[in-house]
Amino acid sequence: MSKTKSTVSKALAKNIRRNFVERLIEWALMLSGLIAILITFGIVFILVTESIPFFEAVSIKEFLTSTIWTPNFEIKNYGILPLVAGTVTITGIALLVAIPLGTITAVYLSEFASHRLRETVKPILELLVGVPTVVFGYFALLLVTPLLQKIYPDLPTFNMLGPGIVMGIMIVPYIASVAEDAMRAVPMAMREGSYAMGATRFQTAKTVVMPAALSGIIAAYILAISRGIGETMIVAIAAGQQPNFTFNPVESAATITAYIVSVALGDLEHGGIGYQSIFAAGIVLFIMTLSLNILGQWTRKKFTERY
Amino acid sequence: MVKKQEIIKAESKEFNFHYADGTHALKDINIPLYEKRITALIGPSGCGKSTFLRSFNRMHDLYPGNKYAGEIILYPDNTNILDKKVDPIEVRMRISMVFQKPNPFPKSIYENVAYGLRVRGENNKRLLDDKVEEALKGASLWNEVKDRLQDLAYNLSGGQQQRLCIARALATDPEIMLFDEPTSALDPIATVNIEELMSELKKKLTILIVTHNMQQAARISDYTAYMYLGKMIEFDETDIIFTNPSKKETEDYITGKFG
Ligand SMILES: Nc1ncnc2c1ncn2[C@@H]1O[C@H](COP(=O)(O)OP(=O)(O)O)[C@@H](O)[C@H]1O
Ligand SMILES: [Mg+2]
Repeated sequence: MSKTKSTVSKALAKNIRRNFVERLIEWALMLSGLIAILITFGIVFILVTESIPFFEAVSIKEFLTSTIWTPNFEIKNYGILPLVAGTVTITGIALLVAIPLGTITAVYLSEFASHRLRETVKPILELLVGVPTVVFGYFALLLVTPLLQKIYPDLPTFNMLGPGIVMGIMIVPYIASVAEDAMRAVPMAMREGSYAMGATRFQTAKTVVMPAALSGIIAAYILAISRGIGETMIVAIAAGQQPNFTFNPVESAATITAYIVSVALGDLEHGGIGYQSIFAAGIVLFIMTLSLNILGQWTRKKFTERY
Repeated sequence: MVKKQEIIKAESKEFNFHYADGTHALKDINIPLYEKRITALIGPSGCGKSTFLRSFNRMHDLYPGNKYAGEIILYPDNTNILDKKVDPIEVRMRISMVFQKPNPFPKSIYENVAYGLRVRGENNKRLLDDKVEEALKGASLWNEVKDRLQDLAYNLSGGQQQRLCIARALATDPEIMLFDEPTSALDPIATVNIEELMSELKKKLTILIVTHNMQQAARISDYTAYMYLGKMIEFDETDIIFTNPSKKETEDYITGKFG
């Protein structure tokens, strides 16, 4: 009798201890979540307050509609459009390379490759994600652009095409990895349903697995776009850092990020309008990636898989 | 044992199956499937019913390392389904399958039913329309969905989804249909619907069904095989299996003394 009693009380004590630990873990998790949120708000706060002096000197209308960006010149112009054009063009080229390659890689790994091959290739792909982007930048400048110049001799040393292509190569593993995860998450039962109807592997991948994984695949693309827009080093090194309102890939240009880094490292004196302009540019960048993330969330909801 | 005049549609002969991990899941199975009859596989969970059923459409080929031995002969052409030279896709075009859980594709009702024809390269709209309608009627789903063929299949109820899967399997005019516990995820009314449907289907084709539910086997099947631990213990007409089995093990299972 007393023996059972003592085991019960022991079990209870254990329970209380466990509950306490659970509580502690919960708090720790909540705290770290809170810190992340606070940091995000902090960034937004700094972006906004730091750009107020800039917008006191430069009207929002000029900032958004002028097609000249010359903060270093005698006659200063602060039109963000050239930087946006450079960002959009280079990211666009990157996506033209990365979406087909990344999707094909994902389909191959998920639906065709043997287990062994997949387990070897995936870690290598994920390793590629860790290559410093400076390396990719010089890869674009010293290898890809000269190669392109062999085909198209008029291509300037600094251009958007080379870094765009290289950025695309850099993004392939992101798309491949996220899209592959999405496709592997499609239940085997659905594939079996397709095979049981006499479908081939390719038919199954194309008409059953990909539509079922659509939201994940789109999420992969959106992640890739965000990654492209935010990419700095490749463009700073190989695209020329010349703000240029053009969508022509064979011209040189600067992107928002390339501009920000050049100012942050460079000659404009801290506190001047020119310097403050990087915060205004930062806000534009922030809004672009934020709206992409919202778009990503929305598509995720809209195309939620229901297996 | 089998007194009636029956035509054999398919037959497993000394069939053995090993999973990639070495599990010897089926041992020397000899079972005939009679044409336009329903054959039920019963037995405790894990005895190899699904493994056997899925051998008929070479589903095990999808996973590397699985090994078949022996034969499953398809008549009248005497094709050994398991022969390496026989393309599993060809087998699956003749023998279709309905799964335990409804598994419609993320497509419209229409495209789900048309799927088998599309993968065979059929794109003639008129023909597809006719076939889809015929298959949906055959699966007694037509009246419920004829006004919303372009709706996503997921908007159907579980029972409707399973009948959609039957329509999908039916649309390609298979010779044999395999059912792996097709009603285990359904409510009683949907179950009755599907059982009635199967009795209707057997007028046209041969059916092999795995069922967990002995009453179901007794209600709908003509022949029953009792399996245990990867072996076929007894095969006979369903009435005999349920009223006068010749093996003690079968009787124990039927009467619920075991399993
Ligand atoms: N993929 C697999 N790999 C290895 N063994 C398996 C696999 N699937 C099933 N088995 C084993 O094969 C035996 C038969 O399984 P199964 O055919 O699913 O039984 P049932 O359908 O009668 O419940 C079981 O012992 C099961 O554990
Ligand atoms: Mg089973």
